[in-house]
Amino acid sequence: MEVAVFALFAALALASALVVVTHRNPVYSTMSLVVTLVSLAVLFVLLGAPFLAVLQVLIYTGAILVLFLFVIMLLNVGREEAGGGSKLSKVPALVAAALFGGMVALFSWRAFRDDALAPLTEEFVSLKTLAGALFDRYLLVFELVGLLLLVAVIAATVLARRPRPEEREPLGPRPQGESGSGSGAGAPGEAAP
Amino acid sequence: MGYALGITAAEFAVMLGLLMGLIAPVMVWVERRMCAMIQDRPGPNRLGPFGLFQPLADVFKFFFKEDLTPAAVDRPLYLIAPALALLPALTTFVVIPFGPPLEVAGREVDFTVAGTEAGVLLFLALASLGVYSLVVAGYASNNKFSLLGGIRASAQMISYELALTLTVLAALLPVGSFNLQEIVAWQRENVWMAAPQALGFLVFLVAAFAETNRLPFDLPEAESELVAGFHTEYSAFRFASFFTAEYVNMATLSALGVTLYFGGWSVPFVDPPETWWLAALYGIAGLFGKVALFLFLFVWVRWSFPRFRYDQLMRLGWKVLLPLALLNVVGVAAATLAGWL
Amino acid sequence: MTVPVSWYLLLAAALFTIGAAGALTRRNGITIFLSIELMLNSANLTLVAYSRLLEQHTGQLVVFFVLAVAAAEAAVGLALFIAVYRHRRTIDLDRINLLRW
Repeated sequence: MEVAVFALFAALALASALVVVTHRNPVYSTMSLVVTLVSLAVLFVLLGAPFLAVLQVLIYTGAILVLFLFVIMLLNVGREEAGGGSKLSKVPALVAAALFGGMVALFSWRAFRDDALAPLTEEFVSLKTLAGALFDRYLLVFELVGLLLLVAVIAATVLARRPRPEEREPLGPRPQGESGSGSGAGAPGEAAP
Repeated sequence: MGYALGITAAEFAVMLGLLMGLIAPVMVWVERRMCAMIQDRPGPNRLGPFGLFQPLADVFKFFFKEDLTPAAVDRPLYLIAPALALLPALTTFVVIPFGPPLEVAGREVDFTVAGTEAGVLLFLALASLGVYSLVVAGYASNNKFSLLGGIRASAQMISYELALTLTVLAALLPVGSFNLQEIVAWQRENVWMAAPQALGFLVFLVAAFAETNRLPFDLPEAESELVAGFHTEYSAFRFASFFTAEYVNMATLSALGVTLYFGGWSVPFVDPPETWWLAALYGIAGLFGKVALFLFLFVWVRWSFPRFRYDQLMRLGWKVLLPLALLNVVGVAAATLAGWL
Repeated sequence: MTVPVSWYLLLAAALFTIGAAGALTRRNGITIFLSIELMLNSANLTLVAYSRLLEQHTGQLVVFFVLAVAAAEAAVGLALFIAVYRHRRTIDLDRINLLRW
């Protein structure tokens, strides 16, 4: 039973990961990543981390990937053009990735083979023990991560805001038919939603 | 293992049947009759007494209308968007308890389809998946208005999700558990959470309106501004999916609000009966009675207020609700530490 | 029979390979970013698997932090994309090459 669930969701994760990496359209890549992440969440549940599984869906698919979609549509990122760099130039990259992955796989297999796992205990899965460990040994890291998130929010806000008029670079002659709008670059990708 | 699975399946069937079979059609009728009452006109009154067969006629219409798929849409995404809308709608209710925990034939029956330790978090996680249907529908429709509707919808939902999550967190602090059954137990022993956390409840209510895209926050489907927003290009059965998903979302979010703030399935001063099916009936009646009041409020507000403009909406979410929700969390945390809650 | 831990580790290695191949091969900035997220998730899976193997919670907690750091990184990265797009009108990383020799 557990093997069946693992096999199903592992296959789903692999298939959608391949789609993420190969599809031309970034919107499809993002949706495939959603499928991958949800499959991984199921695998987390199998591994005795239900709380992490829920967090993964809540944070990763529920917020981060929505942000990705949002930016894709805001910037109108189109399909990637085919060509431009021959097929051959991709081979070293693929070989490097395969070598590294193969190495990790080999080491994992050699180390653990078919060793069975100890059965899950009620205590391991419970939220109380996880929270106890989080706020006991890792309290400082927790606070630092909060600080990191704050810095990221500030950084993202500053980076993505419209440049104020005095910060604008002097543009060349305006293209025809463009009416002056207040912001620095009123182009199609900038239409205020 | 077989028994547990069977019980879960039975509970799922009951809740799903109630939501899809009862709430959705009744809401269609209630919405139109209440709208008419507020606007001082009769409303549907031809089909059956008081127009009670109107939902039936609507369902018929949706089934037989021409199923049009515009030529230039992004086919796979276009077809999957209504299903994506129904996904959170049909799964979020699994953590809402609808009866007291009982022993039936020697087994513990918790009247929740999936009463896990991470209860409310599961609800929030599944609800956060609801954004995708809006965005994908808007994008796939290959239509400026739909795209704008989709982008607005996603921005609105993620903005108000924060305030919603924070108020839910504050509601859980005195109880010390994510499991909704324990929250109901706490409220039965002490007081309905709405009393000490009135501010939290108000923030929750406003955020719930925004999460379900109901007026005054229904800019994504703004009928008078964006044609029909993100579901402009959808007709017949696909439109019905979005429609149903919206009503079921309203019902589940109301059920969450009832469970967190108004005692869930419990009826004040009346103890649940001992026999399991009586207890289930008691719980369902209690829960859905309160949910009905909430839905009544949803409809009432819809036909009474004008729509928020987009920048007003965003300002409200980030500059008003989020600070209020944070204040609420801090206040409740202090009160819990001091032993008042 | 239960699933041995090595299967989870092999799956994680495979996902990492796919992610790395994508990050090194694609030109679209968003897709590269998605591949990086895929690699992060494969690391998450490895950590949770080891946490289960060693019966400790440390792995799960590290995943908790990785989740938060990934969120921060995604926010800043996408803001950077928006800023770059304003100037270069493209996300194609082969064309954003001012610093190349």
